[in-house]
Amino acid sequence: MTPTRQHDMGIPYVGSAFWELWEAGWPAAILRGASVTLAIGLCSICLGIVIGTIGGLVKWARLFPFTLAIDGYTTLIRGVPELLVIYLLFFSSAEFVSQVTAAFGYGGADDSAYGFVVGTVAIGVISGAYSVEVVRGALVAVPRGHIEAGRALGLSRGRIFRRIIAPQMLRLAVPGMNNIWQSTMKDTALISVVGLQELMRISSIGAGSTRQPLLFYAVAAVVYLGITIVSQIVFGVIERILNKSNRAG
Amino acid sequence: MELIQLSMPLLLSGLLLTLKISIFAVVIGFFIGLGLAIARISGSFMLAAFSQGYSSVFRGTPLMVQLFLFYYGLGQLSFIRDSALAWWVIGDGVRCAILVLALNSAAYTSEILRGGFMSVPKGALEAARACGMSKWLQFRRIEFPIAMRQALPAYGNEVILTLKGSSLASTIAVLEITGHAKRLMSQTFAVIEVFAMAGAIYLFINVVMIVLLRLTERSLMRHMAA
Repeated sequence: MTPTRQHDMGIPYVGSAFWELWEAGWPAAILRGASVTLAIGLCSICLGIVIGTIGGLVKWARLFPFTLAIDGYTTLIRGVPELLVIYLLFFSSAEFVSQVTAAFGYGGADDSAYGFVVGTVAIGVISGAYSVEVVRGALVAVPRGHIEAGRALGLSRGRIFRRIIAPQMLRLAVPGMNNIWQSTMKDTALISVVGLQELMRISSIGAGSTRQPLLFYAVAAVVYLGITIVSQIVFGVIERILNKSNRAG
Repeated sequence: MELIQLSMPLLLSGLLLTLKISIFAVVIGFFIGLGLAIARISGSFMLAAFSQGYSSVFRGTPLMVQLFLFYYGLGQLSFIRDSALAWWVIGDGVRCAILVLALNSAAYTSEILRGGFMSVPKGALEAARACGMSKWLQFRRIEFPIAMRQALPAYGNEVILTLKGSSLASTIAVLEITGHAKRLMSQTFAVIEVFAMAGAIYLFINVVMIVLLRLTERSLMRHMAA
């Protein structure tokens, strides 16, 4: 799975190797990997937000039996290593999926699509566990008085949520979601252990087949850092837009 | 039952390795992080810039990339392999995992401690200076204890994250809890059972750590007790 270490090499001479790497199509492969990484990250954070919103609302509204389930879920996922959760989902679903596909008469299911879906679910479930607390915290921070004022004005519950709670909560949740996005992005690298060809996996393959691990992992690190920095800027803009109405109001 | 007899001893032997990696990484990471935090607030532009750059690089890239970069990448360089000390660290999976995890944890720790140092009231520092305390005495008796007290809850989270991060050592063929769990899952196909056992061990360590943290917090907060 991971490349073996090369003990028989001196300092790599990157200069001459660069053209060969270009010819072999590695830069394009890295870019393809980076786009898969971004796609998994975006899909997982969306799943995470859905889970987090439902869980956060349940905890906020104290819907009794469900709060216990949510607490169990967040405690488990936040206390157990991400890698273990990924192994659980992949190994347990592999069997299930192969049974289903066999039942329908497909010999080999599309491997990469399967990896993508299960990977997204795994990372989404992890980021969902962290999102629950962020959403709950943001909901709690909406002043009670505002909700009471809405009720006094005779607004319906749906309207109170849409007009009063949701806009304020959104603003309060953005910094927390920023942190979760950062860690979700980094967690996608873990999916490489099950062979999905995202940035980390492509780098491993490149490192092994060209015997240039230093170069390939350094490039991967730079790409991840680039994604982090760009998303930091994007979140800055989002925060400014959401806070604009606050200052005006 | 047979499954538990088969896997529990393996997972518990993995537990020792997980604890070893985590404890070393947390302790080393704390001191590097403390140094970085002090560098950040030192007022020296160069030191602060280095500290900030270090923390954004280590916090902006996945731990796995860092681990592979050190383990496979640095192993490629001949001067690393020729240096006895560097190869002693990098050449061994466990030691390399400890190093990378410590460097990674240091980046997060430095941010947490920086927050702690910034929360130290100005008046307390002025009072210390007025009492004629030397810089070192002032740091040891006033700044450090107040900062630690402030930073402790966030630092507790960081310790748990480091514990979880130690599972990545399994990707460089170190058989700690997760490494054994993965192996057992693919050998026995009892995926959920093995997950439950390994997960229970991790959760147990978490609980122990949270209790220890509460006790530390309580002893640091003695002055607040009624």
